[in-house]
Amino acid sequence: MHYALCFLLFVIGLYCAVTKKNMVKIVIGIIVMEYAVNLFLIMLGYRLGGVAPIIDKGQLESGTGQIAASFINSSVDPLPQALVLTAIVISLGSLALMISICIRTYEKYGTFDITQIRRLKG
Amino acid sequence: MSIPLPVFVAVPLVTAFLLPVFSSLGRKGKAVATVLANMVTVSLLVMAVASIGQSRVYEVGKWSIPLGINLVLDGLSSLLLLAISIVSAAAMLFSARYMEQYTAKAKFLCLFLLMIAGMNGVVLSGDIFNLFVFLEIASLASYALVGFGCEHEELEASFKYMVLGSIGSIFVLFAVALVYGNTGSLNMAYVSKAIQGTGLNPGLAFALCLFVAGFGLKAALVPFHAWLPDAHPSAPAPISAMLSGILIKTLGIYALVRVVFNVFGISVQMGWILVVLGLLSMIAGAFLAIGQGDFKRLLAYSSISQIGYVVLGIGLGGLILARDGNVAWASLAILGGLFHLVNHAVYKSLLFLTSGSVQMSTGTRQLKQMGGLAEKLPFTRATCTIASASIVGIPPFSGFWSKLILVIAAVQAAFYWVAALIVFVSLCTLIMYLKVQRYVFLGELPENLEQIEEQKGSMAIAMVFLALLCMLMGLLLVPALRSNILQPAVDVLTDGISYSANVIKMSMKV
Repeated sequence: MHYALCFLLFVIGLYCAVTKKNMVKIVIGIIVMEYAVNLFLIMLGYRLGGVAPIIDKGQLESGTGQIAASFINSSVDPLPQALVLTAIVISLGSLALMISICIRTYEKYGTFDITQIRRLKG
Repeated sequence: MSIPLPVFVAVPLVTAFLLPVFSSLGRKGKAVATVLANMVTVSLLVMAVASIGQSRVYEVGKWSIPLGINLVLDGLSSLLLLAISIVSAAAMLFSARYMEQYTAKAKFLCLFLLMIAGMNGVVLSGDIFNLFVFLEIASLASYALVGFGCEHEELEASFKYMVLGSIGSIFVLFAVALVYGNTGSLNMAYVSKAIQGTGLNPGLAFALCLFVAGFGLKAALVPFHAWLPDAHPSAPAPISAMLSGILIKTLGIYALVRVVFNVFGISVQMGWILVVLGLLSMIAGAFLAIGQGDFKRLLAYSSISQIGYVVLGIGLGGLILARDGNVAWASLAILGGLFHLVNHAVYKSLLFLTSGSVQMSTGTRQLKQMGGLAEKLPFTRATCTIASASIVGIPPFSGFWSKLILVIAAVQAAFYWVAALIVFVSLCTLIMYLKVQRYVFLGELPENLEQIEEQKGSMAIAMVFLALLCMLMGLLLVPALRSNILQPAVDVLTDGISYSANVIKMSMKV
């Protein structure tokens, strides 16, 4: 169910990016897609009622010094969080570039409407 | 001599961020930055040549896989590294003079080096998420470079490229997430091992589709090609050379082929998909190119057509491998594809450089406004003719050999109609390059172009360097060179999913 909603968000973003005529709305569509994928990554690692994946003395078995099985079974997966942090930084960079290109285009053409920005064809 | 693999990424990356510092020093700083950037590309070329025929794994931070990140150098990676460094060295040399027309040269050099760092990272990465990160570094740099002129057309092209490129990247990221969810690993070797264990479940099949769409967008295969004919001509000429010559191949074809052959394993359906995409790109690109009146736009459409040859060759090899299991036939087809990839990198970047030289001298890109430039631009004329002869496939130039291998491979595997189409598209290519020769270099010299002069110096050196390669690339088929450069790359693909076992074995040795 959660995954279906997340996929729906992705499709909404894709729809917006493909069909909208306004440059800013296209950018928003792309960002929505990126957020949907980030959300999907986070959900992959999430566990209902999970604990933070930080090992301290309480998580070690007394005696053997091994990590307790209960911790392994209840901690959330930290890797997707690291991936999402990286992905957010990348999408921040691409968002900044996209918006600056939009602004420069607006300065040149005086419009955000992509149907009027059509010097290239063929 | 074995060079540590991170050097290929680290050197251009670090230099890239040093260069803008020089721009505050005025003229002298700009010259220093140019020399420094050229030193980086030349040293990358030397290192790429030095690492031919080697294969090894580097574990970043000494964390062993699958916990850590690894960089893998094998036959295919070193072939691509070589192609990247040849094209980037020539394009960098060319831009030393060409980019004087623009302001902010240090920023240009910075973005250029970032793009190289990203591409080297893509071909060396052994980790599927890192591949995505490097892909984004190279793509972001290329979006900015397409819009570098900041005029109407450049900005429009850059926005189009950026929207489609970002959608492609997001598809790839989504696929990476699906792969991680289904296999629990991001390392290509371990992902491949897990897929061999469980088979292709629906989630992984969807991920494969997303990979094809995402990398297909980056490679501009028809029907994902809409951005290319706008983006490549709008960029400054050395960047067009980089984009058409090598960027679409590294981010698109290399990544696609690596994922399809080495991670998921080739299947008959996948082979057909690649063959059909290749044929579509080949034919549609050629037909669209013939009608173009803009020099660089014609070259851009021709790139789509040539990319089709590469994908067709590799796809045909994969199809034969999955269907009949005849490795000798398959490896011939893949050899044709990869050889064509390298050839195309050299002659298409040369063609874009000559178009830049023509544009710089005449100030126009419209074929009909030129004419009779043969005497005015002797170097450009000579190199452009050599590159055209190569792309059309006139012996003994490089393009002839790779097309010949593709035709032989198709006939051998009884795909006669494919062989016929390859020859037919070659004829279309001949028409478009005759058109270029006719309109640009022959005919009457228009009055307003009588005063023009050719730009010599670094631009001519870069063009002659690539033209010499065009003439000599046929020698790569000589057994001694072939077994060192091309055959290891072909073997990586024909070995398919045993990539996983190889990488794991190599990292045990480290």
